[in-house]
Amino acid sequence: MLEVEGVRKTFDGFTAVDGVSLSVARGEIAAVIGPNGAGKSTLFNLITGHLSPDAGRVLLKGRDITGAAPHRICLMGMGRSFQRTNIFAKLTVFENVQAAFITHRRHGGNFWSLSSSLYRSETHELLASLGLIDKADAVSGALSHGAQKQVELGIALACDPEILLLDEPTAGMSAAETHETIRLLERIARERGLTLLFTEHDMEVVFSIAQRISVLHQGRMIARGTPTEVQAHAEVRRVYLGERH
Amino acid sequence: MTTLKRVPWTLVVFAAALVVPFLGSRFYTFVATDIAILSLFAMSLNLLLGYTGLVSFGHAAYFGIGAYACALLMKSAGAPFLPSLVAGGLMAAAFALVFGFFCVRLTRIYFAMLTLAFAQIVWAICFKWNDVTGGEQGLPNVPYPDIDWMSSLPVLGDFRTGDQFYLVCVLIVALCIAGLRRIIDSPFGRVLTVIRDNAERAQFIGVNVRAHQLAAFVVAGFFAGISGALFGIFNRGVFPDFCYWTKSAEPLIMTILGGMSAFWGPAVGAAAFIVLNQQITSYTEYWPFTMGVVLIILLFVFPGGIAGTLIGAVERLRARPQPDAGSAPDARESDARG
Repeated sequence: MLEVEGVRKTFDGFTAVDGVSLSVARGEIAAVIGPNGAGKSTLFNLITGHLSPDAGRVLLKGRDITGAAPHRICLMGMGRSFQRTNIFAKLTVFENVQAAFITHRRHGGNFWSLSSSLYRSETHELLASLGLIDKADAVSGALSHGAQKQVELGIALACDPEILLLDEPTAGMSAAETHETIRLLERIARERGLTLLFTEHDMEVVFSIAQRISVLHQGRMIARGTPTEVQAHAEVRRVYLGERH
Repeated sequence: MTTLKRVPWTLVVFAAALVVPFLGSRFYTFVATDIAILSLFAMSLNLLLGYTGLVSFGHAAYFGIGAYACALLMKSAGAPFLPSLVAGGLMAAAFALVFGFFCVRLTRIYFAMLTLAFAQIVWAICFKWNDVTGGEQGLPNVPYPDIDWMSSLPVLGDFRTGDQFYLVCVLIVALCIAGLRRIIDSPFGRVLTVIRDNAERAQFIGVNVRAHQLAAFVVAGFFAGISGALFGIFNRGVFPDFCYWTKSAEPLIMTILGGMSAFWGPAVGAAAFIVLNQQITSYTEYWPFTMGVVLIILLFVFPGGIAGTLIGAVERLRARPQPDAGSAPDARESDARG
């Protein structure tokens, strides 16, 4: 589904991501972990087209998407959510998700239909499955942090992605909300046959749902494998897990 | 909000506008024509300002290009009114396409500065190109459209030419505003508001941000061109200051004064601006100073613009009986979390 081959990104002499490779198979739930500043968000930005790598390649479904514009990558079936909540704050929850349906199905150039009548049932259905239906008409920017994260997920899912990249999907959430969100993600991934690639702080979350884990440290990939393999990896224990015990 | 939205405002305003010539005052008709034409100018700018989140300091370029193109066709080529008008709009749109191509590559203040720079280039060309634009002297004596046929109609026949031209303007402006409304309500219009709210996120739901911004720029340029073409005829002449930066500031002031969050805001602002201007100039020679002071006061009294503030007040009045029922679940949620 997704191949990343030796991507590198340097900002003013500081190498944020240094020759990182990873691959995610269709239907897999994969995680990228690493301490703060390890380059996780930069790696995501390189994959989704927000940044262009200095070296290396990114392949989506076998097609080279290195340096392609974000909207093109999105239209090819890659959705993403952001670490800091990133939604259309002045629009209602309904409009947020509906807008994603409209744009992803390429109605953005339609000057004549009434947008309010498009994809109503699809939007309602998606909001219902996320438990947001009672907040449909609320202005999204006024919602609680947890609810905004769900709106963000709704926007990403409305683009009907085959692979979804989630940058710290539970950042800033309470333990209960985290638990709920993870179960929701797992359910949606299963129902839609989604491939997931996510970064996460919370080790419990990572080891409970990820099938494969990549560990970044100072921009370099130091380990890849199943949760058990990663936990047993000596360098990972030293630089990362070790810090926590 | 929903009850306010159910009122067919377009029809209400249109009907009110049609009443003006029956008042029988040359002055009222003159002011109303001014308001109608500049409302369209301000509303075309608000497609960028309020709906796409692009601040243009050079919107007068398209107003002026529309005015020159239409006036040249009618005066020099003797072309009929309607084709010249449409050509004025299309010419403005074509320039908007070329200038916009470069402008949308920049953001925020850099975007604004580049729109201003292009507008000043247009102004300089109009000012110097004596053979075509008449240079500093402009193009005086732009002919009136041939609306003699109106005189044979029952009621309209008794009107003065100024009143008849006013009715033509109202009709054209109404059509353009209806077009703008339709565009804003379309999926394209929704994408524009999405870009305004969060251009970065918009890319990640598959929006080609620049292409949409450019399309909005061209549409806004077209309607500015139409309003400029009408204004040139109304003014009986087209002059370089149609493209000058002070002319670009006018629709900005009108839009901010009226409220850019409301569809009709710029029109309300245009009406307020023009009426104030007329009143103040008739009382004092220090009118720019007085106008400035009045505008500052109005901006403080109506922070969301006149229309925006009034709509907000009506919404609050309506919402008053309900807030307990509406906000209670949220309050409980946050209590539980805290």
